[in-house]
Order: sequence, then C-alpha cells, then structure tokens
Amino acid sequence: MYITDKSGFTKETKGQRVVSDVTCPFCGSACDDIVCVVEKDPKTGNEHIKEVYNACKVGTANFLPCKGAERFTTPLWRESKKDDFEPITWDDALEKTADILLAAKHPLIFGWSETSVEAMRYGVRLTELVGGTIDGQVTHCHGPTVQAIQEVGYPTGTLGEVKNRADMIVYWGCNPLNAHARHLSRYSTYVSGFFRRHGRQERKLIVVDPRRTDTAKLADEYIQIELGSDYEIFQAMRALLNDAEVTKDPIGGVPLDTLKGLLETMKSASYGALFFGLGLTHSESKKNNVEAGIGLVQALNDHTKWQIMPLRGHYNVGGLNQVLSWLTGYAYAVNFTRGMPRYNIGEFTGVDMLARKEVDAMFNIAADPGAHIPQKAAMTMAEIPLICCDIHPTPTTELANLILPGTHDGIEAEASCYRMDGVPIHMRKVHDPPAGCKPANHVFLEELVKIVEKKLELPHVMQ
Amino acid sequence: MAIIKLNVTSGATVPQGVVAKGGGKKLTDYKNTAAIIFLDKQDFKKLETYPGTAVEVRNAFGKVIVTAQLTPDGPHPGVAFMPRGPWANVIIDPDTKSSGCPMYKNTEVEIEPKPELSPLEMADLMKQEYIDKL
Repeated sequence: MYITDKSGFTKETKGQRVVSDVTCPFCGSACDDIVCVVEKDPKTGNEHIKEVYNACKVGTANFLPCKGAERFTTPLWRESKKDDFEPITWDDALEKTADILLAAKHPLIFGWSETSVEAMRYGVRLTELVGGTIDGQVTHCHGPTVQAIQEVGYPTGTLGEVKNRADMIVYWGCNPLNAHARHLSRYSTYVSGFFRRHGRQERKLIVVDPRRTDTAKLADEYIQIELGSDYEIFQAMRALLNDAEVTKDPIGGVPLDTLKGLLETMKSASYGALFFGLGLTHSESKKNNVEAGIGLVQALNDHTKWQIMPLRGHYNVGGLNQVLSWLTGYAYAVNFTRGMPRYNIGEFTGVDMLARKEVDAMFNIAADPGAHIPQKAAMTMAEIPLICCDIHPTPTTELANLILPGTHDGIEAEASCYRMDGVPIHMRKVHDPPAGCKPANHVFLEELVKIVEKKLELPHVMQ
Repeated sequence: MAIIKLNVTSGATVPQGVVAKGGGKKLTDYKNTAAIIFLDKQDFKKLETYPGTAVEVRNAFGKVIVTAQLTPDGPHPGVAFMPRGPWANVIIDPDTKSSGCPMYKNTEVEIEPKPELSPLEMADLMKQEYIDKL
C-alpha cells in the first residue's frame, strides 16, 4: 500500500508515515518543502525520523541527529559547577528557575532564535516579571543590521520577489553555500521563477568576499577585497555613482576600474538583489558597513530596481525582533529593570553586559552562547547561576547549574517562525517529543511564568 | 618552525554545522570539525610546517590549540579562517565597540606550531578555560 501526499511524494506505509511540507528549523531560509518519513518502533511505540528529503546537509542533521548524540529528557541540577549533574523533577526544576531569577538583581534572559514565536511571548513576560534584560543571538549576528535599518531604512523585498524577478544576485561578505546551503537553489540563483523561467541562465551571480568561498567559486564574477574594507568600497561606489572623482586606487585591494565595471554591471540589471552576511556586521565598522551598503542600493534605485537583504542565521532569529518589536517597541536588547521596556545598544546587549559582569543570573534557551560568544563574556556565564534549556549537550550546558530538556520546536511541536525576509511561516509537527520533554517549549515557559506570578502574587494575564 | 602574525576571521562551515545541529557537540566530531584554523599556502611556508599540524593560536585574550589545515578558499595570505565554536572564541576580540557585536571577523593573532600537542575535546576545553578558573 502506498500513500501520496500533496506534493506527489509516495512511500510505502508499512509502519511508516510521510509528513510533507515540513519547515526546516536550521537557517533563516526556513525551507518549507521538507519531506520526512517517520517510522514507529514496534517495541516502544516511539516514532523517529527515518528519511529526510529536500533538506540541505546541515538541515538534515536537525532531523537525523549524529550517531551517538545525547538527548536531554529530564531536568538536571548541580549546586556547584564542579559537581556532576543529578536528575530532578520538572516541578523542582521550574521552582529553582523561578527562585534563581527572582533572587537575582539583574537576570539576563537570552537566546530564543531556535524556538517558536509562541515561546518568545512567554520569554518577554518572564523578563518583565523578574525585571531583567531580554536579548538573543540576534544581537551578535545581525544586531548592527537592525541598527542600520533603524537609522536609514532599507529598500527590500521578499525572497519570492528575488526568485521571480531578479536577474542579478550579489552576495557580499557572506558564504550562503556553507551557512544557508539552499539559498541559491531555492530562492536566488538556480531556481526557475515566474519571469526567470530559465533560472541560472537568466541570472548573473557576483560574490564579494575576502576569501574565495564555495559561493565565490560558483560566481560569474568574484571580487576579492581586503578584510574590513567593505565601508570604504561601498562609499567609493556611491561616490562613483554620483559622478564624483575618486582619486584613490586601489580601494580595499580592488582596482578602481574593477569597481567601475562592477557598478556598470549592477546598473545594467533589470532587478538586482544584494544579500549581505556577517562579514559586514562582524568587522570593524559594523553598522556603518551596513548603512553604506544600504546607501549604495538606495542610490542604485535611481537607475534600476535593486533590493538588499541580510542573510539571517537561525530559522527564527528574525522572530525575536518581531516579537520584541510588537510587545515592547524595541527590536532587541530590551531591559525591564524599571518595570518598563528600555533599549540601549551597548548597555543592554547580552555580550556587553556579560563582559562587564553586570549580570548575576542567566536563563538561556535555544542558544549556545558558551560556544558562540567570546571568552570574557562566557567567563561570566561560568561565574553566575546559569539555567540552560537545550535538547543536546552544548558548551553552554557544560557551564550550567540547571539543564532543562528542550523540545525541538518545528519538528516535535507546531511552531511559528519568521523567515529572513520577515515572512511568517507556520511549522508543522513531525512527531512527538521523547518521553520526559514537554509538548512544546512554550508549555513549560507558561508554567514558569505562572509560578513566578504566583510568587509575586500577581494574576495570570496572558491568553 | 616559526611564529607568524595574521588576522583571523571566523564563521560557519558545513561540517561544523552538521555536527552542531546533529547534537554532536560533545562528540569528538565537533573537535575534528571546529578546532581548526585554515591557513593559506604562503602562511604555511612562513610557519615552516605542514597541514595537519597542531598550532597554538594566541593573543591578549587567550590561547588555544587547534589543527592547522590548508584553506580550500585561497589564496588569502595573511588571513586565517576558524569555524565558529568554543575554540575560536578563546581568541576572538570581545570588544563590541558598544554595538553588542564582537569582532568575529577581524582579530589579530600569533600562531606557533606545537606538533607535540593536540586540541582539547569540547568538554575538556570548557573545563580548562572556564570551570577550572572559578
């Protein structure tokens, strides 16, 4: 017997189930065309994913964990970070979490990019109740991009527009083939679009990067620039576009004639899309790089149609910006110490507060700051009480006092997320979470919020 | 063997991503895919060593042992690449210049071959760098 899903995918059903149109919970591309074959263990009755179709290599690893990968299924506690972990009950774990966060003078509620929008809502309420700061990976990834957008706006569009219209793609300071592997094939370069039926043949691919990355190797034109020279190059191109005289040659390691040629090529596009990555936000000029890039694209719109978009890292990193914006008015780094939301980059940004040792407790969810923030900030995490919610062991769980077993939102629970272009996507559930885990991350966060409210003698107001 | 100075940039790679997303951060695979520094051919010549050698990467922020590999993305002399992870973050400049965003893409380091050493596993690295210092 065979079953056929909406996309025409067929599979034998002997103890197997096919789930189509699954959204991949890996990168900001949030590909929603994944097909999973789920198998039931006849002995235990537990389901697991047997096969995955359409996902990239990293995305597939989300659905099919590494051989030998450990999964947390019960909360683990240790009083001292030098001790071993001991299992405790969920009730005790949530009680301890509430006590730690309420006892702290300035707790940091951090992470969120790899969980659902529903969970983030409770995160904001939790931060408000404990008078802490909420922040996430968004700050040390595309935080400077958000700052630049706040200052100068940005001419953008959706990935669908790129797919259907764009005939020129520029990847600047990014390597999507490694970080967003299906971006080229699904949204930008190789895909056949409504006005670009022949896909790659109708599109020109340009890559600008200090390294000849895998993406650069596929490009029609690759321009190698010096590390940290993006600002200078963008400004020179803007000057050239405005017919100003540029006397320096070369600029950022690129001959002036090459830049002039690049500009002419960009002006010749009928619809161009510039994607930029962390190369702009993680080097010296940070938001100024992005502002200059946006300025170039704005100026190009005097000649032809161009759009610009950041390549967001995690599948729901844009979600935190959206949720915080609609609930507090600010996109990230929101502080509730005075009972009302305040926002100040540098003051309330997670890495800065940790590096300055201004935080005395931390709740981390769906993030791995232990692996991804510099040593000075990570050292503070080791020094203070740390609660970490994750599905697998990470460098952060190595520094934690309390580990809460997370649910893989988007695979083990329905979830909502925001793709890199700001399009909200509903993620289908593939199978149940393992025994011991909550049905979804927002379920335990709601319980935690209720416990904190009870301790503060406040009514539960969230619907 | 010599000591050289260059700029490190860090970022995502597919092998490191597969292990990280597959929940294998406590496995040796993580060390094998993330405790790496990719160097240019010319920098290997200056370093007077071969790909696959353990090197100490150090600066004012810390020092870490990783394996030096030949970059597939060259030529980029004077620029090294480290996959993101706890090894790279030992030497990343934590200064955000009040932006919330450290210098992941441009940190100066000194590299010295240490063929007698090998990179630590993730759990051992976290213990040595953070827990033991408490």
